[in-house]
Amino acid sequence: MIWAPLLVACAACYAIKLAGLSVPRRFLEGPRVQRIVPLLPVAILAALVATQTFAMGRHLVLDVRAAALAVAVVAVLLRAPFLVVVIAGAATAALLRLVL
Amino acid sequence: MFTGASQFAFIGVVGAGGSAWAGAATAALLGTRNALYGVRLSSLLDLRSWRLPVTAQFVIDETTAMTIAREKPADSRLAYWATAIALFSLWNLGTLIGALATHALPDPRVLGLDAAPPAAFLALLAPRLRAREPLAVALAAALIALVALPFVPTGVPLLLVAVIVVLYGAWPR
Repeated sequence: MIWAPLLVACAACYAIKLAGLSVPRRFLEGPRVQRIVPLLPVAILAALVATQTFAMGRHLVLDVRAAALAVAVVAVLLRAPFLVVVIAGAATAALLRLVL
Repeated sequence: MFTGASQFAFIGVVGAGGSAWAGAATAALLGTRNALYGVRLSSLLDLRSWRLPVTAQFVIDETTAMTIAREKPADSRLAYWATAIALFSLWNLGTLIGALATHALPDPRVLGLDAAPPAAFLALLAPRLRAREPLAVALAAALIALVALPFVPTGVPLLLVAVIVVLYGAWPR
């Protein structure tokens, strides 16, 4: 059942925003919070990039998605906008599947 | 859940075969940065009475960036609401179109759509890597997630990485 976790996630994401606007500053301006919170999305997004590229279920695989990621990395280094990065990655995978 | 990276992460975990609860936890952890945005926005926006709960829904990367870049409070408020309304309507319209269009797609892999999420996550990650520490954290997180992957249920590597980075950040120095 997907709806209960989805609704809980929606409520949690909203509550986090509400807390940021309404909780007294001193609770969220401690040095540890200031250190940890910006690093969380860095770690989770990096882990998402890795697992979405190299995982098939619980197996590690090397397929056209790795080449697609490499092209996306180049696009990012060239400071391409978000949509261009995404399309470059998807197009690389699609073209390689067509050719291979 | 109006915070894009969290939406992508939830779908990413569920789509890869992970538990929806792991997806929910990942989405919430990714959303924690919005609390810090709220701290910065609270002095710039009008949050009296009913405005607080309405304003809260639209606290995201983009609205924060547009709001804190203004000089005058009135400009900040205008920037916040203009960005909020434009993004909220277009984002959800795009989501609706996507949801309806999937029925027209035979196999998403032919279009390389399975390679789109990692590229999207990378594009979201890249602007956060402009210093040495976040870059090192990102590389370590990617490695740890891949090493853990075969041994734990799908989606759990992300939570493991989140726990490790919290411990790392909390470590006294």
